[in-house]
Amino acid sequence: MTTATSKEELLIVKEQDVVPLRNRVKEYGVKIGMSILNQTKLITATSELVRNLLKYGGGGKVIIESVSNGRDQGVRVTFIDNGPGIKDISLAMKDGYSTGKSLGLGLPGTKRLVNEFDIQTELGNGTTVTIIKWKNG
Amino acid sequence: MQNNLLASLKEHQNKLLTTWSQLLQANGSTDGATEEEESKEFAALLLDALHYSNGNTDSDELEKVHDLLIGISSSRGRRGFSPRENAQYLIAFKEAASKILSEVESDPSKLYTANLQLSTILDNMAILTFESYMKGREDVISRQIDEISEISTPVIRVWDGVVALPIIGTLDSSRTQVVMENLLQQIVDTGSSIAILDISGVPAVDSLVAQHLIKTVSATRLMGAECIISGIRPEIAQTVVHLGIDLTGIITKASLASALQTAFDMLQLTVVKRK
Ligand SMILES: Nc1ncnc2c1ncn2[C@@H]1O[C@H](COP(=O)(O)OP(=O)(O)OP(=O)(O)O)[C@@H](O)[C@H]1O
Ligand SMILES: [Mg+2]
Repeated sequence: MTTATSKEELLIVKEQDVVPLRNRVKEYGVKIGMSILNQTKLITATSELVRNLLKYGGGGKVIIESVSNGRDQGVRVTFIDNGPGIKDISLAMKDGYSTGKSLGLGLPGTKRLVNEFDIQTELGNGTTVTIIKWKNG
Repeated sequence: MQNNLLASLKEHQNKLLTTWSQLLQANGSTDGATEEEESKEFAALLLDALHYSNGNTDSDELEKVHDLLIGISSSRGRRGFSPRENAQYLIAFKEAASKILSEVESDPSKLYTANLQLSTILDNMAILTFESYMKGREDVISRQIDEISEISTPVIRVWDGVVALPIIGTLDSSRTQVVMENLLQQIVDTGSSIAILDISGVPAVDSLVAQHLIKTVSATRLMGAECIISGIRPEIAQTVVHLGIDLTGIITKASLASALQTAFDMLQLTVVKRK
């Protein structure tokens, strides 16, 4: 069972919101003593998902939480937008697939960088992506 | 008829100034002589305006007071007053004026009307000071942004034919544009054939940053120069690999020193120790 100990929510509406969010997520990692490597993976994943939220979801909110599962501590970040949603998730999760003339590495790459990855989406109703990076994961 | 009350404040100018400065002192938000001068000027102009504007809350006379007030609040801002203290400045004036009104008028309904007008006028002014305070800050911020983006992308000529560009901070799209333009211009100006892009100061390389780096390298090559990316820390290297970004085709080095060594090799130069 994963339980949250502290939590905060940030509104993301413009490109300038990306760096403060990343710094905040990093602080959560530092607080639980996460290694530099895992911190870097976590903020890179955050960076990818928040850019998707801005670019495709038209902005939204991000929840950062300190979590624990009894054995390990970690950081959970949830990205919620009310954008158009994703038509075909399995396609979107493929390396190199992009509708935005980009590298198409954001979603599949993020999944490789974190320990837990969940994506929920509904056409016309938005997308929610949740990731967890464990301290020793 | 009802407007005579606000107009009559002018007759009590000295008393009002005294009460006002006492209130400001009680709040602890005063800095002495400069303020005294300002306050005198402000009170005189405002009381005149109230005298001539006949209860009208947006007359030409009041416009003049607004201009003065904007000057005062930005000067107070520079003198280190907080926005709270700036707001208190006007609130205290209102309190003082209101006190005098109740001393000279005993009819509650006349008093009520006069206080209401006073509130409207001074609340408007409070909003104005707030706006001009914000505007002052925004000017500072936007000037700093310009300065930062200029100073943070210096192109250094490290050797004949070799330029280096240390990147510090986040590489977003607008920043990349500045970096790329600077770099390409310097390559032309110095006739360099090798450019080193050092990313030691970049906190994370996500797919967007990677794409920007790849574009910069391609542009450099189009100009007939070679581009080396240095300062790739171990955690960045591993993250980039997991993300799936392909940087083969690009010359990457762990440190600026090893990038410079590679540049020397390409230029067929050797550094030897003197015996
Ligand atoms: N929040 C979202 N809302 C709607 N569509 C999305 C969202 N996130 C991703 N997508 C869709 O999934 C595709 C793949 O996303 P992914 O992040 O993997 O690649 P990309 O953003 O196109 O490129 P990159 O992230 O490499 O720059 C996107 O092109 C877009 O069509
Ligand atoms: Mg993406």
